[in-house]
Amino acid sequence: MLEVLRSMLFVPGNNPAMLQNAGVFGADAVILDLEDAVAPREKDAARFLVAEALRQVDFKTSARVVRINTLDTGGAEDLRRVVSCAPAAVLVPKVQSASDILAVAGLLETLEQPGQAPVQIIALIETPRGLAEAYSIATVHPRVIALAFGAEDYTAAIGAKRTKEGLEIISARGVLINSAAAAGVAAIDTPFTDINDEAGLRADVALARQLGYKGKLAIHPRQVDLIHEVMNPSVEEIRWAQRVLAVLRQAEQEGAGAVSLDGKMIDAPIELRARHVLKLAENIPAGGAEQ
Amino acid sequence: MAILTKAAQAGTLESGDAVVTVAPASPGSGIAIDIESLVLLQYGESIRQTVLAVLQQYGLSDVQLKVVDRGALEYALIARTKAAVERAGLAEEVTGHA
Repeated sequence: MLEVLRSMLFVPGNNPAMLQNAGVFGADAVILDLEDAVAPREKDAARFLVAEALRQVDFKTSARVVRINTLDTGGAEDLRRVVSCAPAAVLVPKVQSASDILAVAGLLETLEQPGQAPVQIIALIETPRGLAEAYSIATVHPRVIALAFGAEDYTAAIGAKRTKEGLEIISARGVLINSAAAAGVAAIDTPFTDINDEAGLRADVALARQLGYKGKLAIHPRQVDLIHEVMNPSVEEIRWAQRVLAVLRQAEQEGAGAVSLDGKMIDAPIELRARHVLKLAENIPAGGAEQ
Repeated sequence: MAILTKAAQAGTLESGDAVVTVAPASPGSGIAIDIESLVLLQYGESIRQTVLAVLQQYGLSDVQLKVVDRGALEYALIARTKAAVERAGLAEEVTGHA
């Protein structure tokens, strides 16, 4: 369920109407939010609601992710309520170091029921220290499958003004994508916070994709389709990837060594990119690829 | 058996939600459930069974419970009832006499 994460849609954890409709927007994952979207005095009620939603609500094709609070602000209690309800992953906020991940992983191990699929961890990096530790955070435990970037807190922490163009976070985005790639985990970009600015969202997703991101956090259902549209490989890319793999198959059958396509050698990184394009393409609805 | 230690409430009046209020009742008085809902005729009994099952899971037998329903689905009713009960606090019922 977590192999393709083009879009991860936040849903407030204490709002039944939004929770029960969260699966209809086609996001690759829904994030049932127990952290920022829930008032402090409603955290207890939200835990019960998210747990029951995980038991009963049909989220359709969206993977089920729960954003917990930090362990020192109720995250341990969040895990006690929701882990046995089998979310695919937990999104851990404000991860500062590898030890934060180990603490969450330790709790997951004690709380999972026998036979339950291991709950994966997505680390939300939103502080300068967390960014500096991103590689060790991503590699400290096999449950970590992705790093996600939270630029609002990060920008405040470095004392920069957050802009739509995002020049102030360009280096952070680069560090995060590099850390994730080095660790072999996915990288999920920060959300675009103006839900009424479609052109701005399009440009922001395009920039993230250009930087190497394969997915983006979404804070409103209307952002999901556009994120997919921009993150999806184009028809041209899909055809290229199919040709790459066809040439490789033929070379293997013929016992050939180095192979090329259109005059360019196909090496391991090219093959990897082609396979990723096709994996993404499998998740595009009919007619969904960009021309 | 368990008893509630005080009255408590959970939920909201937003569409798709419900406000569930629970309060301790005198020993032996049983479970009294009052439901306010626009769909009382169609779903009143279903709502009653849902909240009753939660009270029984907690081992509660003497409770006053009120549901103000705004179209909550079963999962939301269960969650709101659990939250109300946990906020009210549970204690072991003392049945013997010194």
